[in-house]
Parts: sequence; structure tokens; C-alpha cells
Amino acid sequence: MIVRLMGEGQYKIDDGLREQLNELDDRALAALEQDDEPALDERLDEMWQVVRERGERLSDEDLSPSDLIIPPSDLSLEETRTLFSEDGLVPDLPSR
Amino acid sequence: MAGLIERMSLVIKSKLSKLLDRAEDPGETLDYSYEQQRQLLTNVKRGIADVATSKKRLQLQTDKLEQSLVRLDSQAREAVAGGREDLARQALERKTLAQQQLQDLDGQIAQLDAQQEKLSTSEKQLAAKIEAFRSQKEVIKAQYSAAEAQVRIGEAATGIGEQMADTGLAIERARDKTEQMQARAGAVEELIAAGTLEDFTAGDQSQLDRELDQLSTGRQVDAELERLKAEVGAGAGKKELEQ
Repeated sequence: MIVRLMGEGQYKIDDGLREQLNELDDRALAALEQDDEPALDERLDEMWQVVRERGERLSDEDLSPSDLIIPPSDLSLEETRTLFSEDGLVPDLPSR
Repeated sequence: MAGLIERMSLVIKSKLSKLLDRAEDPGETLDYSYEQQRQLLTNVKRGIADVATSKKRLQLQTDKLEQSLVRLDSQAREAVAGGREDLARQALERKTLAQQQLQDLDGQIAQLDAQQEKLSTSEKQLAAKIEAFRSQKEVIKAQYSAAEAQVRIGEAATGIGEQMADTGLAIERARDKTEQMQARAGAVEELIAAGTLEDFTAGDQSQLDRELDQLSTGRQVDAELERLKAEVGAGAGKKELEQ
């Protein structure tokens, strides 16, 4: 599957890593819900590390969509939270 | 319950699919999307230029503060030599304040550097994807029926839409940072303009300036006098009188 590390690029990773990422992901959500920024940052860093170490970098010209999009750990809790909202941090995409 | 990343990925995808649902004529959609991509690329370039401008402004302030430090330091020495501890203290207080500001500035410049770096990476990736999209759109327009084209456009547009969201976030974050820095730079400039961080001799003559001037004039006269005394009085004997 393909994973995007926001601000860095896309990686192709083995589907078998999904479980590991899911577990980290659940703990990341728990940290966010508890307003525990250090824990959230650590979980995100761990996810980045897994993807970087075990994944294969896609070229910048690759237009494949990602299955997962992982934000960077240097966002504030508030910024991370707004990433999910419909009118959140990710700006509106072109529309007509 | 989906995790954090899963939810976020879903939000971004739903944004993209809403966009694609609105597409009617595939060829037109492709051209329009390409225009939007070019526009975003222009925005990143502008973002990079803005960060560079802010950085330059902070660097100028750094230069100014460094000059102030040197002047304040020599003025403090002069005051001590003249036995005016009160003046020396004031000069040193200003010097400390300037040093703190200087440290803050260093940190801010480093942050802007990091933003500039991120924007440049994003620009490079977006440019590469736009180029790939451009050649792919011509192929899609030329070779596929409307139904097939719709599917292929969906894939290409999702892939590049994701990059656009990513780049858009980088631009927004850099803009926030730059605005914060501009506000702080403004505050430091006000301090400098108000004379708080300026040396005693700059601008209008204050009471302090005059006192320091008198001090150094007095010391110069003393030294001169000593020299004359030595020349006239001693004749050949002792010419080596330092202040």
C-alpha cells in the first residue's frame, strides 16, 4: 500500500505493516483525545520511522493516490485536530 | 473506531471525490485542474519569496543589534573609566536587553529557514507531479473513451490532489509563521525606535549623552594636560607618561 508522509513524500510499504501502523494510529488518537501532545508526537514519529525504514520511496512524478496520509509531528494539537474537520487545515482543493 | 490517520485520510479523500463528482466533461476537467495546479505552484513560489523577505528583515535587525552591543559595551567601559558607575550600569542594562533580543532573533531566523526548506521541497514535488499530470492528461484525452477517461482522471486527479493538499498545508503554515515573525519584528523595531535598545549617542542628545560626552571630553583634556606637563616640566628626563 502507499503511504504519504505529509511534507516529505510518498512511500510504498508492505501490506503486512498495516497492523503495526493501525495500532500506533489508535494510540495516536487516544493521545489526541487526552490532549497529550508529547505522546501524540511520539506516536507520529514512530509511524514516520516505520514508513521510512521499511518503505520504498516513490518518485515525485508518481501520481498514485495514497492509502494513508500521516501528518508531521511538529503540528500543535489544535492544528492536528483541525486536519480532520471538513473545513480544516488542509485548504480547499480547486473546485468550480 | 478508526484511528487518527485513517480518519484524516478519509477527510482528504472525501474532499477529492466531491470534487471529481462535479466533473462533467473529462477533458475540460483535466485542463481546469491543470490550471489550478499551476496557480498553486505560483503560490508556493510566492510563499518562498515571502519567507526570504521576512528573513532578510530579521537579519537586518540582527546587524543593528550587534552594532548596538559593541557601542553599548564601549560606552560602559568609558563610564567605568570615568568613575561613573551609574552610567555604566545603564549601558549594561541596555546591552543585556539587546542580547536577549538577539538570541530571540537567532531562533526566529532558524524557524524561517526550516519553513523555507519545507516549501522548497514541496515546490519541487508539486512541479514534478504537475509535469507528470500534464503528459498524462494529453494521453487520456487522446486515447480513451469518455467512460474510461473518467476512471483514469479519477486516479490521476486524486494523486495530484493529495499533493496539492500537502503543498497547501505547507504554504499555510509558512504564512502563519511569517506573520508571527513579522509581528515580533515590528515589536523589536519599536523598541529600537524608542531608544530602548539604542546606544546613548544615537539620535537626539539626551541627558545621558551629554554626561558621557562631558566625561570623555574631561578625560581627553586630562590626558592632554598630563602630556604637556611631562613635555614642558621634565625636559629630557621622563617622556613616558601614559594616561
